Amino acid sequence: MRRLFAGAHYDFLGWRRRAYLFSGSALAVGLVFALVWQFTRGSWLNYGVDFLGGTLVQVQFAKDTDVTQLRDAINPAFPGVEITRFGQSNEFLIRTPVSGEATSGAAEQIPSILTARFGEGSFTIEQVEAVGAKVGGELQARAMLAILLSFAATLIYLAFRFEWRFGLAAVIATAHDIFLTMAFISGFRLEVALPTVAAVLTIVGYSLNDTIVIFDRIRENIKISGRREEFTSILNRSINETLPRTILTVATTLATLITLFLFGGEIIRDFALIMIVGIVLGTYSSIFVAAPALRIIEERWPGERKKVRTARPTAKAAV
Amino acid sequence: MFGTIKGRIAVILVLLAVSVGALVSNNVRDGAPLKLGLDLQGGMHLALEIDDPQNTLTPEARADAIDQNLQVLRNRTDEFGVAEPLIQKVGNDRIIVELPGITDEDRAKGIISRSAFLEWKLVHPTQEFRPVLPRMDRLIETELPKDSLVGAAEDTAATNLQQQLRESVFGRADSTRSDSAAADSAKEAESTRKPLSSLIFDSGQEGEFLVQEQDVERVKRYLALPGVMDLLPRNTELRWANEAVGQGAQLYRSLYFLESRPFITGERLREATAGRDPQFNKTVVTFGLDRRGGRIFEDVTSQHINDRIAIVLDTLVHSAPVVISRIGANGQIDMGQAPMEEASDLALVLRAGALSKPLTIVEQRSVGPSLGADSISQGRIAGIMGIVLVIGIMVVYYRFAGVMAVFALSLYVVLVLGGLAALDATLTAPGIAGFILSLGMAVDANVLIFERIREELAAGRSTRAAVDEGFRNAMSAIVDSNLTTLITALILFQVGTGPVRGFAVTLSIGIIASFFTAVYITRTLFLIYLERKRPTEPISI
Repeated sequence: MRRLFAGAHYDFLGWRRRAYLFSGSALAVGLVFALVWQFTRGSWLNYGVDFLGGTLVQVQFAKDTDVTQLRDAINPAFPGVEITRFGQSNEFLIRTPVSGEATSGAAEQIPSILTARFGEGSFTIEQVEAVGAKVGGELQARAMLAILLSFAATLIYLAFRFEWRFGLAAVIATAHDIFLTMAFISGFRLEVALPTVAAVLTIVGYSLNDTIVIFDRIRENIKISGRREEFTSILNRSINETLPRTILTVATTLATLITLFLFGGEIIRDFALIMIVGIVLGTYSSIFVAAPALRIIEERWPGERKKVRTARPTAKAAV
Repeated sequence: MFGTIKGRIAVILVLLAVSVGALVSNNVRDGAPLKLGLDLQGGMHLALEIDDPQNTLTPEARADAIDQNLQVLRNRTDEFGVAEPLIQKVGNDRIIVELPGITDEDRAKGIISRSAFLEWKLVHPTQEFRPVLPRMDRLIETELPKDSLVGAAEDTAATNLQQQLRESVFGRADSTRSDSAAADSAKEAESTRKPLSSLIFDSGQEGEFLVQEQDVERVKRYLALPGVMDLLPRNTELRWANEAVGQGAQLYRSLYFLESRPFITGERLREATAGRDPQFNKTVVTFGLDRRGGRIFEDVTSQHINDRIAIVLDTLVHSAPVVISRIGANGQIDMGQAPMEEASDLALVLRAGALSKPLTIVEQRSVGPSLGADSISQGRIAGIMGIVLVIGIMVVYYRFAGVMAVFALSLYVVLVLGGLAALDATLTAPGIAGFILSLGMAVDANVLIFERIREELAAGRSTRAAVDEGFRNAMSAIVDSNLTTLITALILFQVGTGPVRGFAVTLSIGIIASFFTAVYITRTLFLIYLERKRPTEPISI
C-alpha cells in the first residue's frame, strides 16, 4: 500500500496571506482586463451569436482560400462581417451582427454570395446559427437565471446540511471561483455561448463538491476533538487528511478534461479549457479560500464550541 | 434480501438487463441504440414566431394562430417526407421545428416559413388610379425631406459635370454624350417635382403599370410613406408582380391596381399539382377548387367577361389573365421558367394549407452531416482516451481495489447509456462532454471510499472493519457532493435550452448512476472479495 501525501502535515492555513495576495491580484488583473475590453470592444465578455444574436456560418472550402478573399466577397453585402480561420486550414467562421428581432437573412445570402464568387460545389456549409435579437436576449436572461437559481438552491441545501458558517464559507469560495473563471473568460476573450454557461455551472458544482468533502471532514474532526484542539489545527489536519483524495480526484477529472481538450474537437475545446481552469481554481479555493474564510467567520461569530475557549486567553491576559 | 451477496448480485443484474434491454429495443425500433441530436447527425432546428412587429395581436389571437400554424406545419413536413420531424409548441407564441438529416436547408426553410396565402382578386380599371397619382406626388414631396429628393439628383449632375470636364481636358468630349447627360439632369429635375408619377409607366393593359427594375426599391419607399396608400379609392390596393419582365434591354416590374377583397382564397383549394405547360414551355401549378369554390368562380367570371383576375400568392401577383369566358373549378399558376422542384414545393404548400398568420424565423441552427460525424468520432476518441487514463490511474494506485473500481465503472457506462435509452434522451455533443465529465466524477466516489479504507487500515483496524468503516464514513461526503451537483444539473435542465439540456440530462443520469455504482456495486464487489479471505488477511488496496 503506497499512499501519496498520506500523513502530510502542511500548514495550509499559514499560507493564507500569500493565497489572499494571489487571489486578490488575479481578481485585480481580471478586473483591469474586463474594463479594458468594456471600453475598447464595447463589452467585457465576448458574447457569441447565442446571446448577442446575429448569424454564424461555418464553411469548409475545397481549395486554398484566405480570409481577405472571403471578406472582399461578403463585406459589401454585410458590412461589419467578422471572418476567422477555424480548425482545419480551409475552414472559416463568418459572423454577421444582429439586425433585428428576427434572423437577418444572412444565413441564406452568405451561401449564395459564396456560390457567386467561388463557384458551385467549391465549399460546404458545415454549420449555420442564426439568432434574432429577441431570442438572444431571452437566452441571456435564462443563463443568468440558471446561474442564480443553482447558487440559491445549493445555498439552501448547504444551510440544511451544515451550519450556516460552513455554508457561507463554501459560497465565498465558490463565488471566488466563478469570479476568477469569468476573469479568465473575459481576459482571453473566449466566446461566451450556451455551453459556456454549462461549463460555469459545472464548475459551481465541482467547487462546492470539493469544499464539501473538506468541510465534511472538518465537521467530523470537530465532533471528535473540537474542545481539545485549536480550530486552525483542526482545519489544517482536515485538509491534510483529505489531501490524497483531493489530489487523486483532481488528477482523474483533469485527465478526462485534458483528453476532451485535446481530442474532443473544436466545439468542445473552449468548454474543456474553461472546465480545466475552473477545476484547478475549485481545488485551490477549497483549501486556500474556503478554510481561511471559515476561520475568519468562526472568529467573528464564534459557535457554541468556541465561546468557552475564547474566554480562556482573555483570562490569561488579565493575569 | 438486498443485504446478502446473492441478493445484491440479483439487483445489479436486473438493472443491467433493463439497461441493455432499453438499448436493444431502441436499436430495433429506431436502428440506433441512442437518439442523436441534430448537432451529431446533422439537420436543421428552427424557431418561428408570428410575424407581428407592431404587436397588434392579442395574446389569445396569437396563441390561436400558433395552434393553427402548428397543424399546417405538421401537414407540410409530412408531405415533404422528412424522417422523424419534431414540431413543437414552446410557450404560447413559438414553434420549434427540427428536421434531422436535411441537406437542402433553403428549400426546407422555404417550405416551412412560406405563408402560401393564395387569393383571387379582380383587377381595377386604370382610369380610377390616374387622378390619384398627382395627389400622391404632392404628398410624397411634403413627406419626404426636400434634400433627400434633390440630393440624389445633384449627385448625378455633379458626376456628369466632372465627367464632362475630364473629357474636355483629354480632348475627347463628344456632343451626344453631353446631350444625353443634360437630358438625364432634366429628368432628375422633373423627378423632384413628380417623385412618383415620373417613375410609373402605363402598361397599356387594364390596371397594370410598369416600373423600371432599378426604381422598384425607391417606389416601394415612396408608397410606404405615411398616408400615401390612403389616397387610393376605397377597397382598392396596389400589388407588385412576383417577377420582372424584359422589354428590350430594360427590365420592368408590374404594379397592379386591385380590389382589396379577394373573392376567393386558397381555403377553397381541393388539389394542386406541379406540371409543365408544353404550349408555352412554362412551369405551372394546376389546381382544382372544391364545389363551392367552383360555383363562386363561375359566378364571378360570368359577370366579368373581358375583365382581369389577379392570382395573388403571398401578396405578390403571379398572373392576371383576362376572362375570356366563364371558368369552372380548375386553373393554373404560371411560374415562368422556374425549376420543376420549385413548382412541386409550391403545390405541396398549397395542398398542406396556408399559414393562418405569417411566421418569421427567430432562430436557426443547422449542422451539416460531416461535421456531426466528426463530432461523434472526436467524442469517441476523447471518451476512450479518458477511460484508458482513468483505468491506468486507478489500477496503478489502488491495485486490486482499483481493478474492482474499473469493473464497477464499466457497469456504470452500461447503466448510463441504458438510462439515456430508457428516457429516450437525445445524445448531443455537450452531452458526450457531460458523460465523460461524469465519468471523472464517478471515480471520485470510489476514491473517497478507498482513501477512507486506507485511513482505517493505517489506524490499525482489521480488514473487514476497515472496509465497513470506510464505506460508512465516506457516505456523507459522497451524498453531499453528488446531491449538490445533481441540483445544478437539474436546474440546468429546467432553465437551459438545446445543447445545455443535453448536457444536463447526461450529467444527471451520470451522477445517479455514479452514486449507485460506488455505494452499491463496488460494495458488493468488496463483499465478494472479502468472503474469500480470513477477516485479518490483508487486502490489495
